[in-house]
Amino acid sequence: MAKQSCCGSSSSSRNVKYRFVTLPKPLSTSDEGKTPVQSACCGGVGNLTYTKRQRKSKNASGVDRWVIDLVETPVGKIRRVSTQLDIRDVLGSWKCRWSNGRMDYKVDPGLYCVGTPDNQSPVLVTSNYKMTFDRVRKELENISAWILVLDTDGVNVWCAAGKGTFGTNELIHRISVVRLAMVVTHRKVIVPQLGATGIAAHEIAKQTGFNVVFGPVRASDVKKFLTDGMVASEEMRTVKFTMLDRLVLTPMELVTALKPMLLAFGVLFILNAIGLGHYGGMDLVALLGAIVVGCVIVPVLLPWIPGRAFSWKGFLFGLLWAVVVVVQQGLSATSELSMIKMIAFLLILPALSSFLSLNFTGSSTYTSLSGVDSEMRIALPAILIASISGVILLLINDCIIAFG
Amino acid sequence: MKYLKNVATLVYHPEKCVGCGMCVTVCPHRVFTEYNGKVQITDIDLCMECGACTTNCAFNAIEVHKGVGCAAAILIGMLTGEEPSCG
Repeated sequence: MAKQSCCGSSSSSRNVKYRFVTLPKPLSTSDEGKTPVQSACCGGVGNLTYTKRQRKSKNASGVDRWVIDLVETPVGKIRRVSTQLDIRDVLGSWKCRWSNGRMDYKVDPGLYCVGTPDNQSPVLVTSNYKMTFDRVRKELENISAWILVLDTDGVNVWCAAGKGTFGTNELIHRISVVRLAMVVTHRKVIVPQLGATGIAAHEIAKQTGFNVVFGPVRASDVKKFLTDGMVASEEMRTVKFTMLDRLVLTPMELVTALKPMLLAFGVLFILNAIGLGHYGGMDLVALLGAIVVGCVIVPVLLPWIPGRAFSWKGFLFGLLWAVVVVVQQGLSATSELSMIKMIAFLLILPALSSFLSLNFTGSSTYTSLSGVDSEMRIALPAILIASISGVILLLINDCIIAFG
Repeated sequence: MKYLKNVATLVYHPEKCVGCGMCVTVCPHRVFTEYNGKVQITDIDLCMECGACTTNCAFNAIEVHKGVGCAAAILIGMLTGEEPSCG
Protein backbone atom coordinates (compact mmCIF):
# COMPACT_ATOMS: atom_id res chain seq x y z
CA MET A 1 0.00 0.00 0.00
CA ALA A 2 1.10 3.49 -0.74
CA LYS A 3 2.18 5.65 2.12
CA GLN A 4 0.34 8.86 2.91
CA SER A 5 2.45 11.98 2.91
CA CYS A 6 2.49 15.74 2.90
CA CYS A 7 1.07 15.74 -0.56
CA GLY A 8 -1.86 13.69 0.67
CA SER A 9 -3.07 11.26 -1.92
CA SER A 10 -5.61 8.63 -1.18
CA SER A 11 -4.44 5.41 -2.69
CA SER A 12 -7.71 3.97 -3.84
CA SER A 13 -7.80 1.35 -6.53
CA ARG A 14 -10.12 3.51 -8.63
CA ASN A 15 -8.72 5.20 -11.67
CA VAL A 16 -7.67 8.65 -10.69
CA LYS A 17 -7.29 10.96 -13.65
CA TYR A 18 -4.58 13.49 -13.26
CA ARG A 19 -5.08 17.09 -14.30
CA PHE A 20 -2.93 18.83 -16.83
CA VAL A 21 -1.50 22.23 -16.22
CA THR A 22 0.24 24.39 -18.73
CA LEU A 23 3.92 25.09 -18.63
CA PRO A 24 5.12 28.18 -16.86
CA LYS A 25 5.75 30.97 -19.33
CA PRO A 26 9.42 31.47 -20.10
CA LEU A 27 10.91 34.22 -18.01
CA SER A 28 13.27 35.60 -20.54
CA THR A 29 15.46 37.82 -18.41
CA SER A 30 15.10 36.78 -14.81
CA ASP A 31 17.62 34.44 -13.19
CA GLU A 32 15.00 32.72 -11.10
CA GLY A 33 13.65 31.32 -14.32
CA LYS A 34 16.59 28.94 -14.35
CA THR A 35 15.11 26.80 -11.56
CA PRO A 36 13.94 23.44 -12.83
CA VAL A 37 10.18 22.94 -12.96
CA GLN A 38 10.10 20.11 -10.50
CA SER A 39 11.35 22.23 -7.64
CA ALA A 40 7.77 22.61 -6.44
CA CYS A 41 6.69 21.38 -2.99
CA CYS A 42 7.23 17.77 -3.87
CA GLY A 43 10.36 18.33 -5.89
CA GLY A 44 12.47 15.27 -6.12
CA VAL A 45 15.26 16.16 -8.49
CA GLY A 46 17.63 17.77 -6.04
CA ASN A 47 20.40 20.10 -7.04
CA LEU A 48 21.02 20.06 -10.73
CA THR A 49 23.96 21.39 -12.58
CA TYR A 50 23.70 21.38 -16.32
CA THR A 51 26.34 21.08 -18.97
CA LYS A 52 26.35 23.48 -21.91
CA ARG A 53 24.69 20.94 -24.17
CA GLN A 54 21.93 20.29 -21.64
CA ARG A 55 21.29 24.02 -21.17
CA LYS A 56 20.89 24.44 -24.91
CA SER A 57 17.77 22.26 -24.93
CA LYS A 58 16.09 24.21 -22.14
CA ASN A 59 14.02 27.37 -22.31
CA ALA A 60 14.43 30.24 -19.87
CA SER A 61 12.28 28.44 -17.29
CA GLY A 62 14.59 25.44 -17.40
CA VAL A 63 12.05 23.33 -19.32
CA ASP A 64 13.41 20.97 -21.96
CA ARG A 65 11.95 21.56 -25.40
CA TRP A 66 10.50 18.02 -25.61
CA VAL A 67 8.29 18.69 -22.57
CA ILE A 68 4.73 19.55 -23.69
CA ASP A 69 3.15 20.46 -20.39
CA LEU A 70 2.92 19.41 -16.76
CA VAL A 71 0.61 16.95 -15.08
CA GLU A 72 -0.62 17.63 -11.59
CA THR A 73 -0.06 14.51 -9.47
CA PRO A 74 0.00 13.79 -5.73
CA VAL A 75 3.77 14.25 -5.84
CA GLY A 76 3.73 17.53 -7.71
CA LYS A 77 3.96 18.46 -11.34
CA ILE A 78 5.30 15.79 -13.67
CA ARG A 79 6.68 16.60 -17.12
CA ARG A 80 4.65 15.27 -20.04
CA VAL A 81 6.86 14.67 -23.04
CA SER A 82 6.16 14.59 -26.74
CA THR A 83 6.21 11.28 -28.62
CA GLN A 84 7.37 13.06 -31.75
CA LEU A 85 11.05 13.63 -32.38
CA ASP A 86 11.95 16.88 -34.06
CA ILE A 87 14.84 17.62 -36.37
CA ARG A 88 17.11 18.60 -33.46
CA ASP A 89 16.56 15.21 -31.81
CA VAL A 90 17.41 13.44 -35.06
CA LEU A 91 20.52 15.57 -35.62
CA GLY A 92 21.51 15.06 -31.98
CA SER A 93 21.52 11.28 -32.42
CA TRP A 94 23.41 11.59 -35.69
CA LYS A 95 26.10 13.71 -34.02
CA CYS A 96 26.53 11.05 -31.33
CA ARG A 97 26.95 8.36 -34.00
CA TRP A 98 29.88 10.40 -35.29
CA SER A 99 31.34 10.64 -31.80
CA ASN A 100 30.41 14.28 -31.36
CA GLY A 101 29.35 15.10 -27.78
CA ARG A 102 28.40 11.49 -27.22
CA MET A 103 29.40 11.47 -23.55
CA ASP A 104 27.32 14.54 -22.79
CA TYR A 105 23.91 13.76 -24.28
CA LYS A 106 21.64 13.50 -21.30
CA VAL A 107 18.19 14.20 -19.94
CA ASP A 108 17.42 14.91 -16.30
CA PRO A 109 16.73 11.75 -14.31
CA GLY A 110 13.29 11.55 -12.71
CA LEU A 111 9.68 10.91 -13.55
CA TYR A 112 8.08 11.86 -16.88
CA CYS A 113 4.91 10.81 -18.64
CA VAL A 114 3.33 10.40 -22.05
CA GLY A 115 -0.35 10.55 -23.02
CA THR A 116 -2.83 10.97 -20.20
CA PRO A 117 -1.64 8.58 -17.52
CA ASP A 118 -3.51 7.85 -14.30
CA ASN A 119 -2.71 5.90 -11.16
CA GLN A 120 -3.14 2.60 -13.02
CA SER A 121 -0.84 3.42 -15.93
CA PRO A 122 2.30 1.36 -16.53
CA VAL A 123 5.71 2.62 -15.44
CA LEU A 124 8.53 2.25 -17.95
CA VAL A 125 12.09 2.48 -16.67
CA THR A 126 14.88 3.77 -18.89
CA SER A 127 18.30 5.43 -18.83
CA ASN A 128 19.10 9.12 -19.13
CA TYR A 129 21.07 8.87 -22.38
CA LYS A 130 19.11 11.26 -24.59
CA MET A 131 19.24 8.88 -27.58
CA THR A 132 17.72 6.11 -25.44
CA PHE A 133 15.09 8.42 -23.95
CA ASP A 134 14.13 9.59 -27.47
CA ARG A 135 13.83 6.03 -28.73
CA VAL A 136 11.49 5.16 -25.90
CA ARG A 137 9.17 8.18 -26.18
CA LYS A 138 9.06 7.91 -29.97
CA GLU A 139 7.47 4.46 -29.60
CA LEU A 140 4.79 5.58 -27.15
CA GLU A 141 2.39 7.41 -29.42
CA ASN A 142 -1.23 6.99 -28.21
CA ILE A 143 -0.01 5.30 -25.05
CA SER A 144 -0.45 6.63 -21.56
CA ALA A 145 2.45 5.73 -19.32
CA TRP A 146 4.92 6.98 -16.75
CA ILE A 147 8.58 7.03 -17.69
CA LEU A 148 11.07 6.64 -14.86
CA VAL A 149 14.47 7.86 -16.02
CA LEU A 150 17.43 6.54 -14.02
CA ASP A 151 20.66 8.47 -13.69
CA THR A 152 23.14 6.49 -15.79
CA ASP A 153 25.30 9.51 -16.50
CA GLY A 154 24.15 9.62 -20.10
CA VAL A 155 24.95 5.98 -20.91
CA ASN A 156 22.51 3.60 -22.64
CA VAL A 157 20.66 0.89 -20.72
CA TRP A 158 22.78 -2.15 -21.61
CA CYS A 159 26.20 -0.54 -21.15
CA ALA A 160 25.07 1.19 -17.97
CA ALA A 161 23.68 -2.11 -16.67
CA GLY A 162 27.08 -3.68 -17.31
CA LYS A 163 28.76 -0.90 -15.37
CA GLY A 164 26.14 -1.08 -12.63
CA THR A 165 24.88 2.50 -12.96
CA PHE A 166 21.60 1.21 -14.44
CA GLY A 167 21.45 -0.88 -11.33
CA THR A 168 19.52 -2.15 -8.36
CA ASN A 169 20.61 0.68 -6.05
CA GLU A 170 19.78 3.43 -8.54
CA LEU A 171 16.31 2.00 -9.23
CA ILE A 172 15.57 1.69 -5.51
CA HIS A 173 16.80 5.24 -4.98
CA ARG A 174 14.84 6.65 -7.94
CA ILE A 175 11.57 4.92 -6.96
CA SER A 176 11.89 6.51 -3.55
CA VAL A 177 13.01 9.97 -4.75
CA VAL A 178 10.12 10.41 -7.17
CA ARG A 179 7.72 8.79 -4.67
CA LEU A 180 6.40 6.42 -7.27
CA ALA A 181 4.26 4.63 -4.72
CA MET A 182 2.09 7.76 -4.50
CA VAL A 183 1.75 8.23 -8.24
CA VAL A 184 0.54 4.74 -9.10
CA THR A 185 -1.53 2.29 -7.10
CA HIS A 186 -0.18 -0.84 -8.79
CA ARG A 187 3.25 -2.15 -7.83
CA LYS A 188 4.94 -2.93 -11.12
CA VAL A 189 7.81 -1.34 -12.96
CA ILE A 190 8.71 -2.36 -16.49
CA VAL A 191 12.49 -2.60 -16.87
CA PRO A 192 14.00 -3.20 -20.31
CA GLN A 193 15.32 -6.76 -20.50
CA LEU A 194 18.88 -5.62 -21.16
CA GLY A 195 18.76 -3.81 -17.81
CA ALA A 196 18.68 -7.22 -16.11
CA THR A 197 22.47 -7.30 -16.09
CA GLY A 198 22.41 -4.49 -13.53
CA ILE A 199 19.03 -4.88 -11.86
CA ALA A 200 18.18 -7.77 -9.57
CA ALA A 201 14.39 -8.04 -9.67
CA HIS A 202 14.15 -9.89 -6.35
CA GLU A 203 16.15 -7.17 -4.58
CA ILE A 204 13.86 -4.45 -5.96
CA ALA A 205 10.79 -6.33 -4.72
CA LYS A 206 12.33 -6.85 -1.29
CA GLN A 207 13.37 -3.23 -0.84
CA THR A 208 10.64 -1.22 -2.57
CA GLY A 209 7.60 -3.47 -2.85
CA PHE A 210 7.63 -2.94 -6.60
CA ASN A 211 7.77 -6.00 -8.83
CA VAL A 212 10.05 -5.80 -11.81
CA VAL A 213 8.56 -6.97 -15.07
CA PHE A 214 11.26 -7.36 -17.69
CA GLY A 215 10.08 -5.79 -20.91
CA PRO A 216 11.32 -6.45 -24.44
CA VAL A 217 14.91 -5.86 -25.59
CA ARG A 218 13.97 -3.18 -28.14
CA ALA A 219 11.95 -0.03 -27.48
CA SER A 220 10.12 -0.62 -30.76
CA ASP A 221 8.42 -3.66 -29.18
CA VAL A 222 7.21 -1.85 -26.07
CA LYS A 223 3.82 -0.96 -27.54
CA LYS A 224 3.11 -4.56 -28.51
CA PHE A 225 4.37 -5.73 -25.12
CA LEU A 226 1.87 -3.43 -23.38
CA THR A 227 -1.08 -4.29 -25.59
CA ASP A 228 -0.35 -8.03 -25.26
CA GLY A 229 -0.71 -7.80 -21.49
CA MET A 230 2.99 -7.49 -20.68
CA VAL A 231 4.06 -10.62 -22.49
CA ALA A 232 7.15 -10.62 -24.69
CA SER A 233 7.66 -13.16 -27.45
CA GLU A 234 10.91 -15.09 -27.82
CA GLU A 235 11.75 -12.82 -30.73
CA MET A 236 11.23 -9.72 -28.56
CA ARG A 237 13.52 -11.21 -25.93
CA THR A 238 16.41 -11.96 -28.27
CA VAL A 239 19.26 -9.61 -28.98
CA LYS A 240 20.09 -9.20 -32.63
CA PHE A 241 22.93 -7.61 -34.51
CA THR A 242 21.55 -6.85 -37.95
CA MET A 243 23.53 -5.33 -40.78
CA LEU A 244 21.88 -1.97 -40.10
CA ASP A 245 22.71 -2.27 -36.38
CA ARG A 246 26.33 -2.81 -37.34
CA LEU A 247 26.40 -0.13 -40.02
CA VAL A 248 25.27 2.69 -37.71
CA LEU A 249 28.17 1.86 -35.39
CA THR A 250 30.86 2.18 -38.04
CA PRO A 251 31.24 6.00 -38.13
CA MET A 252 32.13 5.87 -34.44
CA GLU A 253 34.75 3.18 -35.14
CA LEU A 254 36.19 5.23 -38.01
CA VAL A 255 36.43 8.48 -36.06
CA THR A 256 38.04 6.71 -33.10
CA ALA A 257 40.60 5.01 -35.36
CA LEU A 258 41.42 8.07 -37.43
CA LYS A 259 42.42 10.23 -34.48
CA PRO A 260 45.56 8.23 -33.58
CA MET A 261 46.19 7.58 -37.28
CA LEU A 262 46.62 11.31 -37.86
CA LEU A 263 49.69 10.98 -35.66
CA ALA A 264 51.08 8.23 -37.91
CA PHE A 265 50.44 10.37 -40.98
CA GLY A 266 52.27 13.23 -39.23
CA VAL A 267 55.30 10.99 -38.66
CA LEU A 268 55.35 9.96 -42.34
CA PHE A 269 55.12 13.62 -43.32
CA ILE A 270 58.07 14.53 -41.07
CA LEU A 271 60.12 11.63 -42.48
CA ASN A 272 59.38 12.96 -45.96
CA ALA A 273 60.27 16.52 -44.92
CA ILE A 274 63.70 15.57 -43.55
CA GLY A 275 64.42 13.66 -46.72
CA LEU A 276 64.38 10.22 -45.16
CA GLY A 277 60.84 9.21 -46.04
CA HIS A 278 59.54 8.50 -49.52
CA TYR A 279 55.86 8.26 -48.93
CA GLY A 280 53.22 9.27 -51.39
CA GLY A 281 49.50 9.28 -52.01
CA MET A 282 49.41 5.55 -52.65
CA ASP A 283 50.82 4.80 -49.21
CA LEU A 284 48.17 6.99 -47.67
CA VAL A 285 45.48 5.12 -49.61
CA ALA A 286 46.95 1.79 -48.47
CA LEU A 287 46.76 2.81 -44.79
CA LEU A 288 43.32 4.41 -45.07
CA GLY A 289 42.08 1.30 -46.87
CA ALA A 290 43.25 -0.94 -44.04
CA ILE A 291 41.39 1.32 -41.60
CA VAL A 292 38.19 1.18 -43.65
CA VAL A 293 38.52 -2.61 -43.83
CA GLY A 294 38.83 -2.90 -40.04
CA CYS A 295 36.26 -0.26 -39.10
CA VAL A 296 33.60 -0.62 -41.79
CA ILE A 297 33.95 -3.62 -44.11
CA VAL A 298 34.55 -6.27 -41.46
CA PRO A 299 31.79 -4.99 -39.11
CA VAL A 300 29.26 -4.81 -41.95
CA LEU A 301 30.13 -8.23 -43.42
CA LEU A 302 30.77 -9.78 -39.98
CA PRO A 303 28.63 -12.95 -40.13
CA TRP A 304 29.76 -13.86 -43.65
CA ILE A 305 33.50 -13.67 -43.05
CA PRO A 306 34.90 -17.13 -42.25
CA GLY A 307 36.05 -17.80 -38.69
CA ARG A 308 34.72 -16.56 -35.37
CA ALA A 309 37.49 -14.48 -33.82
CA PHE A 310 37.13 -10.81 -34.78
CA SER A 311 40.90 -10.37 -35.08
CA TRP A 312 41.02 -13.29 -37.53
CA LYS A 313 38.24 -11.82 -39.67
CA GLY A 314 40.11 -8.51 -39.74
CA PHE A 315 43.41 -10.21 -40.57
CA LEU A 316 41.83 -12.11 -43.44
CA PHE A 317 40.31 -9.06 -45.10
CA GLY A 318 43.34 -6.92 -44.25
CA LEU A 319 45.54 -9.46 -46.03
CA LEU A 320 43.22 -9.36 -49.05
CA TRP A 321 43.52 -5.57 -49.08
CA ALA A 322 47.34 -5.75 -48.73
CA VAL A 323 47.51 -8.10 -51.72
CA VAL A 324 45.38 -5.70 -53.76
CA VAL A 325 47.71 -2.81 -52.80
CA VAL A 326 50.89 -4.73 -53.57
CA VAL A 327 49.61 -6.04 -56.92
CA GLN A 328 48.27 -2.62 -57.92
CA GLN A 329 51.53 -0.87 -57.00
CA GLY A 330 53.61 -3.64 -58.54
CA LEU A 331 51.77 -3.29 -61.83
CA SER A 332 51.91 0.49 -61.87
CA ALA A 333 54.67 1.79 -64.15
CA THR A 334 55.43 4.86 -62.02
CA SER A 335 55.67 3.01 -58.73
CA GLU A 336 58.99 1.89 -57.29
CA LEU A 337 57.79 -0.76 -54.92
CA SER A 338 60.77 -2.60 -53.52
CA MET A 339 60.53 -6.12 -52.21
CA ILE A 340 61.18 -4.85 -48.67
CA LYS A 341 58.31 -2.35 -48.81
CA MET A 342 56.05 -5.01 -50.28
CA ILE A 343 56.72 -7.31 -47.31
CA ALA A 344 56.26 -4.38 -44.93
CA PHE A 345 52.81 -3.71 -46.42
CA LEU A 346 51.88 -7.37 -46.15
CA LEU A 347 52.77 -7.21 -42.45
CA ILE A 348 51.40 -3.81 -41.45
CA LEU A 349 48.08 -3.61 -43.31
CA PRO A 350 46.60 -6.93 -42.10
CA ALA A 351 47.83 -6.19 -38.55
CA LEU A 352 46.08 -2.81 -38.61
CA SER A 353 42.79 -4.23 -39.94
CA SER A 354 43.01 -7.08 -37.46
CA PHE A 355 43.48 -4.73 -34.50
CA LEU A 356 40.59 -2.50 -35.54
CA SER A 357 38.28 -5.48 -36.07
CA LEU A 358 39.26 -6.83 -32.67
CA ASN A 359 38.24 -3.47 -31.28
CA PHE A 360 34.75 -3.93 -32.73
CA THR A 361 34.12 -6.66 -30.10
CA GLY A 362 33.28 -3.79 -27.76
CA SER A 363 30.45 -2.65 -30.02
CA SER A 364 29.12 -6.11 -30.78
CA THR A 365 26.20 -7.69 -28.94
CA TYR A 366 27.47 -11.24 -28.56
CA THR A 367 31.13 -11.37 -27.53
CA SER A 368 32.05 -12.52 -24.02
CA LEU A 369 34.84 -11.37 -21.73
CA SER A 370 36.40 -14.85 -21.73
CA GLY A 371 36.18 -15.07 -25.51
CA VAL A 372 37.74 -11.69 -26.25
CA ASP A 373 40.37 -12.35 -23.62
CA SER A 374 41.34 -15.66 -25.20
CA GLU A 375 41.47 -14.31 -28.76
CA MET A 376 43.53 -11.34 -27.58
CA ARG A 377 46.17 -13.59 -26.06
CA ILE A 378 46.98 -14.87 -29.52
CA ALA A 379 46.07 -11.85 -31.64
CA LEU A 380 47.77 -9.05 -29.72
CA PRO A 381 51.32 -10.47 -29.73
CA ALA A 382 50.93 -11.37 -33.42
CA ILE A 383 49.66 -7.88 -34.27
CA LEU A 384 52.49 -6.27 -32.31
CA ILE A 385 55.22 -8.41 -33.89
CA ALA A 386 53.84 -7.92 -37.41
CA SER A 387 53.47 -4.16 -37.13
CA ILE A 388 56.84 -3.57 -35.41
CA SER A 389 58.69 -5.69 -37.99
CA GLY A 390 56.76 -3.91 -40.75
CA VAL A 391 57.79 -0.50 -39.44
CA ILE A 392 61.44 -1.62 -39.12
CA LEU A 393 61.36 -2.87 -42.73
CA LEU A 394 59.94 0.46 -43.89
CA LEU A 395 62.75 2.33 -42.12
CA ILE A 396 65.36 0.00 -43.65
CA ASN A 397 63.77 0.60 -47.04
CA ASP A 398 63.93 4.38 -46.46
CA CYS A 399 67.60 4.18 -45.45
CA ILE A 400 68.45 2.12 -48.52
CA ILE A 401 66.79 4.68 -50.79
CA ALA A 402 68.28 7.67 -48.95
CA PHE A 403 71.85 6.44 -48.41
CA GLY A 404 72.21 3.39 -50.58
CA MET B 1 25.70 -15.19 -34.49
CA LYS B 2 28.05 -17.26 -32.41
CA TYR B 3 31.37 -16.34 -30.88
CA LEU B 4 34.23 -18.62 -29.80
CA LYS B 5 33.54 -22.19 -28.67
CA ASN B 6 34.21 -23.55 -25.17
CA VAL B 7 35.15 -20.27 -23.53
CA ALA B 8 32.05 -19.24 -21.55
CA THR B 9 32.39 -19.50 -17.76
CA LEU B 10 28.68 -20.17 -17.22
CA VAL B 11 27.92 -22.83 -14.59
CA TYR B 12 24.44 -24.04 -13.65
CA HIS B 13 23.71 -25.79 -10.35
CA PRO B 14 20.45 -27.72 -10.84
CA GLU B 15 20.27 -28.72 -7.17
CA LYS B 16 19.82 -25.06 -6.17
CA CYS B 17 17.37 -24.25 -8.95
CA VAL B 18 13.70 -23.86 -8.05
CA GLY B 19 12.58 -23.41 -11.64
CA CYS B 20 11.40 -19.80 -11.31
CA GLY B 21 12.39 -19.20 -14.93
CA MET B 22 13.92 -15.78 -14.35
CA CYS B 23 17.12 -16.73 -16.23
CA VAL B 24 15.02 -17.89 -19.17
CA THR B 25 13.36 -14.46 -19.26
CA VAL B 26 16.41 -12.25 -18.96
CA CYS B 27 19.00 -14.02 -21.14
CA PRO B 28 19.51 -11.92 -24.29
CA HIS B 29 20.80 -14.94 -26.22
CA ARG B 30 18.21 -17.46 -25.04
CA VAL B 31 20.79 -19.79 -23.50
CA PHE B 32 18.27 -21.32 -21.06
CA THR B 33 15.04 -23.20 -21.63
CA GLU B 34 12.59 -24.49 -19.07
CA TYR B 35 12.90 -28.21 -18.59
CA ASN B 36 11.23 -30.57 -16.14
CA GLY B 37 10.45 -27.93 -13.53
CA LYS B 38 14.00 -26.59 -13.76
CA VAL B 39 16.02 -25.17 -16.61
CA GLN B 40 18.68 -26.45 -18.93
CA ILE B 41 21.43 -24.80 -20.94
CA THR B 42 20.69 -25.23 -24.62
CA ASP B 43 23.93 -23.93 -26.08
CA ILE B 44 26.62 -22.60 -23.76
CA ASP B 45 28.58 -21.15 -26.70
CA LEU B 46 25.83 -18.53 -27.12
CA CYS B 47 26.63 -17.10 -23.67
CA MET B 48 28.20 -13.63 -23.71
CA GLU B 49 28.71 -13.53 -19.92
CA CYS B 50 26.60 -10.39 -19.44
CA GLY B 51 25.55 -11.72 -16.04
CA ALA B 52 21.81 -10.98 -16.35
CA CYS B 53 20.96 -14.55 -15.28
CA THR B 54 23.20 -14.69 -12.24
CA THR B 55 22.16 -11.17 -11.13
CA ASN B 56 18.53 -12.25 -11.25
CA CYS B 57 18.88 -15.70 -9.76
CA ALA B 58 17.68 -15.34 -6.17
CA PHE B 59 18.87 -18.87 -5.37
CA ASN B 60 22.52 -18.66 -6.53
CA ALA B 61 21.95 -21.48 -8.97
CA ILE B 62 23.93 -19.78 -11.72
CA GLU B 63 27.54 -18.68 -11.72
CA VAL B 64 29.32 -16.79 -14.44
CA HIS B 65 32.40 -14.61 -14.57
CA LYS B 66 30.48 -11.53 -15.58
CA GLY B 67 32.18 -8.91 -17.73
CA VAL B 68 32.36 -6.96 -20.94
CA GLY B 69 33.47 -8.63 -24.17
CA CYS B 70 35.33 -5.53 -25.24
CA ALA B 71 38.94 -5.60 -26.44
CA ALA B 72 39.59 -1.96 -25.50
CA ALA B 73 38.32 -2.50 -21.96
CA ILE B 74 40.40 -5.67 -21.56
CA LEU B 75 43.49 -3.92 -22.92
CA ILE B 76 43.05 -1.01 -20.51
CA GLY B 77 42.40 -3.54 -17.73
CA MET B 78 45.67 -5.33 -18.60
CA LEU B 79 47.60 -2.06 -18.48
CA THR B 80 46.06 -0.74 -15.27
CA GLY B 81 45.71 -4.11 -13.56
CA GLU B 82 42.03 -3.54 -12.96
CA GLU B 83 38.92 -5.52 -13.88
CA PRO B 84 37.95 -4.67 -17.49
CA SER B 85 35.10 -2.16 -17.64
CA CYS B 86 33.75 0.33 -20.14
CA GLY B 87 34.69 4.01 -20.14
